Amino acid sequence: MTERVSVTIDGAQVSVPKGTSIIEAAKQAGVLIPHYCYHPSLPSPAVCRMCLVEVEKAPKLMPACVTTVTDGQVVHTNSLPAKQAREGVLEFLLANHPLDCPICDQAGECELQDYTFQEGRAAGRHDDYPKRYNPVEDFGPDVLYVPNRCILCTRCVRFMDDVAEDGVLCVSERGDRATIGIFPDRELDHPWAGNVVDLCPVGSLISKDFLHKARAWDLDRTASVCPGCTQGCNITIDTRDNTVVRLRPRANLEVNRHFMCDEGRMHYRWMNRGDRLESPSVLEGDQRRAVGWDTALERLGQMVRGGAGTAVVLASGRASLESLGWLSRLLGRYQVTAAVQVPMGDEAPLAGVPGLALRAERAPNLQGARVLGYDAPWASALAAAGKASLVVLLDVSLTEAEAAGLAGAGNVVVLGTVESGAGARAGLVLPVTTMAEEHGTWMNCDGRVQRYQQAKAPPGMAQPAWWVAAGAMATIDASADTPGSAAEAFAALGAHWPALAGLSYQDLGLSGRIAMPAMAEAAR
Amino acid sequence: MGYPHPTHPKETPVLSKHFGDAGARTFDGWVQRGGYAALRKALGMTPEAIIEEVKGSGLRGRGGAGFPTGLKWSFMPKGDGKPHYLVCNADESEPGTFKDREIMRWTPHQLIEGCAIAAYAIGAERCYIYIRGEFTEPLRVMTAAVAEAYAQGALGADVFGSGKRLDIVIHRGAGAYICGEETAMMNSIEGRRGNPRIKPPFPAQAGLFAMPTTINNVETLASVPHILNRGGAWYKGLCLSNPKSTGTKLISVCGHVQRPGNYEITMGTSMKELLFDMCGGMKPGRTLKAVIPGGSSVPIMTAAETETCLLDYEGVVACGSMLGSAGMIVMDDSTDMVYQIWRLARFYAHESCAQCTQCREGTAWTTKILERILAGKGKQSDLDLLLSLSENMTGKTICVLSDSCAAPIVSGIQKFRPEFDAYLSGARQPALAMA
Repeated sequence: MTERVSVTIDGAQVSVPKGTSIIEAAKQAGVLIPHYCYHPSLPSPAVCRMCLVEVEKAPKLMPACVTTVTDGQVVHTNSLPAKQAREGVLEFLLANHPLDCPICDQAGECELQDYTFQEGRAAGRHDDYPKRYNPVEDFGPDVLYVPNRCILCTRCVRFMDDVAEDGVLCVSERGDRATIGIFPDRELDHPWAGNVVDLCPVGSLISKDFLHKARAWDLDRTASVCPGCTQGCNITIDTRDNTVVRLRPRANLEVNRHFMCDEGRMHYRWMNRGDRLESPSVLEGDQRRAVGWDTALERLGQMVRGGAGTAVVLASGRASLESLGWLSRLLGRYQVTAAVQVPMGDEAPLAGVPGLALRAERAPNLQGARVLGYDAPWASALAAAGKASLVVLLDVSLTEAEAAGLAGAGNVVVLGTVESGAGARAGLVLPVTTMAEEHGTWMNCDGRVQRYQQAKAPPGMAQPAWWVAAGAMATIDASADTPGSAAEAFAALGAHWPALAGLSYQDLGLSGRIAMPAMAEAAR
Repeated sequence: MGYPHPTHPKETPVLSKHFGDAGARTFDGWVQRGGYAALRKALGMTPEAIIEEVKGSGLRGRGGAGFPTGLKWSFMPKGDGKPHYLVCNADESEPGTFKDREIMRWTPHQLIEGCAIAAYAIGAERCYIYIRGEFTEPLRVMTAAVAEAYAQGALGADVFGSGKRLDIVIHRGAGAYICGEETAMMNSIEGRRGNPRIKPPFPAQAGLFAMPTTINNVETLASVPHILNRGGAWYKGLCLSNPKSTGTKLISVCGHVQRPGNYEITMGTSMKELLFDMCGGMKPGRTLKAVIPGGSSVPIMTAAETETCLLDYEGVVACGSMLGSAGMIVMDDSTDMVYQIWRLARFYAHESCAQCTQCREGTAWTTKILERILAGKGKQSDLDLLLSLSENMTGKTICVLSDSCAAPIVSGIQKFRPEFDAYLSGARQPALAMA
């Protein structure tokens, strides 16, 4: 048990562990102390001097980010000296900061803008001095540096030095000529370098990919989980008019702290694909005919009801626990061989955060799939599919050869998002939603079950795969309980898979919960 | 002081006794002049006894802050098993200060001996002497002297057969004023950018390479052998005024006096005596206008304030400024105070390390305002603006560079306001052309 101390911040008393900084203690008292250089996932240099607060009995204002609380301490964050100090810092920061907010990507989510609006001076005293000018620099594959907007908080330098441990950035020059520099012949091309854009409190480090794409205030934000790999970094999906414009990390101190990798960020692109399957279709002779869901579910129910023997399910590593679970239940009468497709790539750890990496297995629900019995090797499942009486393909992409191998199968059902190689020979093609278009859960490599939320509307008639499976079950047994929502679909899984017993969307919240503690322990 | 002028009768030559005497530079020459006796004596004492002797002398840090040296040494942890370091601050870059330079140029072994005693007292086996990059001659002299001290057994694995080890590493700075700030200096020695560190942790807890470290100024360390030779009580007796300020102090006097140079005075000597007797007073026909007594970072004093000023830590504070590093900048009535203050502000703007917002932006902004005033384009509101910005630059940053820029601005406006008004009203011709 760590020792606790009691402090009073702006009149509110809080008890926090010894060693807590005033700035973190204040958060618990419901007080946000304005700051720039401080970041909970970086070492604190206390250089911006924005978080100066009045501490009773201290001879001068103290930086809240590096001053630890002591028992009985009384802190005033809004006393006149503290407010004047902040106003002074804001004025100094604006001395050289261009007021180009109308063309700045950061506008609307800029901490300089926010605090200036909140408590800066109503009028500037800078008159007509020319501001410091330096041209925009290209720092790397996705990062531009706009030195004129830089407030020298050095979050980017510290991220690269202390978290990425690839110290390519530095502060160059002194005084008001100082800018962030990059080492000669180096690029900001670390696999996690994109985090400097999020860390930058102003519009100085900006993403080329997002450049001038949208205004922050036009974006809708949805809590989600990165579909890139088994790590399961928590993210926010930013959409504008049903189009995903960027993915950003969402804080989860136990999974990804405040970071996500650059590869993960680029996953937004497929979320906007236009060539989507939009309606169910059946194969009649060699003609494909679009049908409604009633017909489609009826047809799927008939196939399953009449079937027996072996079934093979080939599923995407991005399929949700709900979809995999309900598909398994639908095929309960078969002897099922189930596998998930796991694209492999290079592993890219983030050195300064133990346990955080872009994982080689690029399948966010690989662990969940295993728990639900989708554990056959891909190649053997594929071989078995050629002889199975029923093959279900859930959002997988097959090569031509792999698709040709299905020729010997009985019924082939495709639940897909886009045309796949196997579509042509499938008796039934059913449009399903992507993770951006549904609510769902995945289990990450540490056994943590995490929710993602629906960020955009599905195209056409696409539905979550669990809805399709449950709907088909209902055509077989009208008395079966059919989930009316993803939450219900999830809650029902516990009865069949003990690892998920007792979990609900409510418990998972938006930061997830370890469902398999033993696994989390082993990963440590 | 002995160089370039003969020692004035009112001086107390201790540190400066051999200035100008090239024979004192060599090891043998220094030994002939009584050198290294103190180190030999120290090696026969316990570290605690040395610290007590220094505490008893009342010696205070000569770099500017005036912190009691013996007390500082006593902060070093004992028996912690970690390497300890001594850092000698020879980055003398405070404008107007040039005393350490002379100690190193003429009496390098005086400093080496002081370093060796201090290192032994604080349990350090390694001492870094951080020499200002522009000090080419002191660097050359010190390098030769350190090599000679090794050859003679005063440094190395077995100092004078005592079994104690001491290595001295000379580290040459690269020209940044801020590296004279002790924590920035540690960063610089470690190979990092010379940015001051946040305290705590204090150097005695976690300093150079995160190990317990003591940082002392050249003049402080050079005083130590004399204290050991002649006793703390003798040193404590060198005091003409406040008993908290003891010993001798080298004062670097520059500017409008007849004989600028280094003068070694007993603590408590009057400023008037220094300026008008030892330094020969103002040039003919000129009168004293202002003095910056402690290097450029302290408030400016008017001629009236210097009248009663006694030169020790407390005496200068009582007259509205600080003794600081005792780099005394003397200005006569021909001086344009607005121009001088601008020149100082420009120095700080150039030297700000750029970490803290107030300093990075404030030093540059105040410089621009002063420049505008000098160019005849100032506004009435500029003086209030300068005072307001100075207020925001004071007491809010990691180190005191920002405060040092603000101090002469505030004291300048308070004490020499008519000169600012003359530029603002157009009564005085512009001194600067502005782009």
